[in-house]
Amino acid sequence: MKGLPWLPESASSISGEVDAVFFFIVAVTVLFTVGISLAILFFAIRYRRRAPGEVPPDTHGSVLLELAWTLVPLGLVALMFVWGSMVYFHMNRPPDDAMTVNVVAKRWMWKFQHPTGQREINELHVPVGRAVKVVLTSEDVIHSFFVPAFRIKKDVVPGRYNVAWFRATRPGSYHLFCAEYCGTEHARMGGRIVVMEPEQYETWLAGGPAPESPVAVGEKLFTELNCITCHRPDSAGRGPLLTGLFGRRVTLAGGETVVADEAYIRESIVNPAAKVVAGYQPVMPTFMGQVSEEQLLALVAYIKSLQVPAEGAPAPAPASQS
Amino acid sequence: MNTDVMPPMTTPQSPPPAFPADSYLSAGWSLRSWLLTKDHKRIAILYLLSISAMFVLGAVYAAIIRWNLLVPDGSHMSADAYNKTFTAHGVIMVFFFLIPSIPAVFGNFLIPIMIGARDLAFPRINLLSWYLYVIGAGFTLYALFTGGLDTGWTFYTPYSTVFAQSNVELAAIGIFIAGFSSILTGLNFIVTIHKMRAPGLTWFRLPLFVWAHYATALIQVLGTPVIAITIVLVALERIFHFGFFDPNRGGDPILFQHLFWFYSHPAVYIMILPSMGVISEVISTFSRKRVFGYSFVAMSSLAIAAIGFLVWAHHMFVTGMAVYSAMVFSALTYLVAIPSAIKTFNWTATLYKGSISWDTPMIYVFCFLGLFLIGGLTGLFLGNLGTDVHLTDTYFVVAHFHYIMVGGAIMGYLGALHFWWPKMFGVRYPEAWGRLSAVLVFVGFNLTFFPQFLLGYMGMPRRYHVYPDEFQVLNVLSSAGATVLGFAYLFPAFYLLFSLLKRQPAGDNPWGATGLEWRTSSPPPTENFHEMPVVSGEPYDYSKLGKEAVLV
Repeated sequence: MKGLPWLPESASSISGEVDAVFFFIVAVTVLFTVGISLAILFFAIRYRRRAPGEVPPDTHGSVLLELAWTLVPLGLVALMFVWGSMVYFHMNRPPDDAMTVNVVAKRWMWKFQHPTGQREINELHVPVGRAVKVVLTSEDVIHSFFVPAFRIKKDVVPGRYNVAWFRATRPGSYHLFCAEYCGTEHARMGGRIVVMEPEQYETWLAGGPAPESPVAVGEKLFTELNCITCHRPDSAGRGPLLTGLFGRRVTLAGGETVVADEAYIRESIVNPAAKVVAGYQPVMPTFMGQVSEEQLLALVAYIKSLQVPAEGAPAPAPASQS
Repeated sequence: MNTDVMPPMTTPQSPPPAFPADSYLSAGWSLRSWLLTKDHKRIAILYLLSISAMFVLGAVYAAIIRWNLLVPDGSHMSADAYNKTFTAHGVIMVFFFLIPSIPAVFGNFLIPIMIGARDLAFPRINLLSWYLYVIGAGFTLYALFTGGLDTGWTFYTPYSTVFAQSNVELAAIGIFIAGFSSILTGLNFIVTIHKMRAPGLTWFRLPLFVWAHYATALIQVLGTPVIAITIVLVALERIFHFGFFDPNRGGDPILFQHLFWFYSHPAVYIMILPSMGVISEVISTFSRKRVFGYSFVAMSSLAIAAIGFLVWAHHMFVTGMAVYSAMVFSALTYLVAIPSAIKTFNWTATLYKGSISWDTPMIYVFCFLGLFLIGGLTGLFLGNLGTDVHLTDTYFVVAHFHYIMVGGAIMGYLGALHFWWPKMFGVRYPEAWGRLSAVLVFVGFNLTFFPQFLLGYMGMPRRYHVYPDEFQVLNVLSSAGATVLGFAYLFPAFYLLFSLLKRQPAGDNPWGATGLEWRTSSPPPTENFHEMPVVSGEPYDYSKLGKEAVLV
């Protein structure tokens, strides 16, 4: 819906779902507000005091009424809870084919990097109809990535990755707001999400100097920072093989397993002692303070790109199976 | 409608109302007799003066906020000044007005009288509570006036611990000290209600006002220490660079939010439960009926207190918490709404076939019911995982909590003020002005805060010094409403103070209410009763009124 006063634009695949729940709750709210208010007004007028000393009939309670006005609201909120949870699940499960945009927030700007390497500040160009997953981190305080037209919001927290996703359904230019108070220029830390037709997006990508993709940057860093000395492409390294790691379950020293997602990879670089892989010694040094958030994102992109080699190549070891 | 009050309840034998020969007010005129008093009634008056002053200050900050938001470009003040202003507004209103308000003034004044006791269990600790409040306020005001605080009342890390350049430590000390005021008051109430009830006053004969304060006191005692320790952690991190909340030192910024909201969510029930207790007292008086479903209303206060400790992370649904965790908190949040719904239905049923009189306190009850209904129901949007993602951190939340805090808690406070003013000071105020002001408050309030629901849904974030042009119309409406509301709050200040000068005596029971406080003089004597009461019947037994003076 566009153009109706006091209704925000609806421009993502999830905004309709959110609005449906919203208007259901509006209906329940209006029903009870109007209903109870009218009852109160009616009683207050119908039973107003007619004589100074009058004493009305004594009423006691009614367990039946108590049950009724406990169970009916309970049923309604149970419905709201289930419906809302389903939408929340949908919001928290990015599709597998989503393109990943890295987002670094700092006071008071948004830094974006496309998977092909293009960088933007405060404005993010995306193609319509394509799922976009934003990997969010902050260089300083907590911010929050809020696009009202898409009905999405996710806090951007220093020291960790948060993920949000959207699939824009209409070309246009939509507000991006910072929605977590972050100091002086919090209100000015805004921007735009510019949704373009796919061909226009390709044209836009191709305009400007050919950027270095995060994968290429990450590959260079991997060598410069000497990761390659322990994380060798064969089985002789002191560190686990990283080929095919991304998305797999990893067994840790204590026996528990975790999924090797972006956050796991980032943590393993800045705090390697937190999750040591089973069968390996805790000898990896920490790189906290030596790599910026953007460099970390590049390393993550590079490691994500390391695929299991084709048939005939040496098998990776020790393999952690899911 | 005439400007005089309705004739007070008199039986053929009782004389027209007059001031009692002795009262707690006339028992000493020196400053020392007030500042070193152990009388719970005098301590209540001390609180009344101090929290009224803090309310005025908090309201001034609110006025500045609304003035700035008249224009989208923030040209009325700098961003830093604005950020300090909304922080000050929140800190003052939450910690120094809403949390003490009804318990410290009306709980203190009334609970011993309502249970037939001479004072609270620990009168000296009661006085200490007030001094802690004043000292805490002193530190905080010093912090606000010498440089200010710009972290928001929520102090989120790492902004507050690493980046804020304002008086964080000073304000933290002030709030820490004031927290102990709250804890000691809660402790006093719990012991008093357990140990000092008059003979015959069993738990289920207690006025619902007492039940409400008992539940509140449990939250005060159990919850406040958590915010105290959290404040200490923030100060330690700021001063000594401990790494609790700093990711660069292995800490977690989200840990702060868990600790903070573990108290601050139950804190909002500290703010609303006493108000609900007031509603029960006033609605029964002006319907001349017992509260419908008494035991359900009493138990629902305890249920709110208990479940209220289990919902804190609904403030954190977009922080990146696990989806299943979020579901647990969403389910519990919906559960905590049910006892409030039960109360609302029972209050409405109390009106059915009552004998309803539209005196000023009752007008405030009607306002409370309508506004609490909206405020509580809009909580359903925020407890819902699907809609909260869009609405959290927007003006929708601001509107929601103001509907409950101002539309609910403050309406209850004003209702209490108008209901018990004759008891506390022995005088009547002009009814016409009372009713007019209540209606004006209602109108001004809705004009101020309803547009903010729309702003939030449209996507205007909170704590914004500037905003996109398309939000201006609703902001101007809101600021206009705030102007009306501000003036509406001034009226009671004037006519209530004027009533102290005009001194029209109220008599023991001007409203014809049940309850032990109406069995003693207005104002009461220092020892509360000339003859200690014995309770033999149910509360709110209006069928017994009008007969010979039999104590309840």
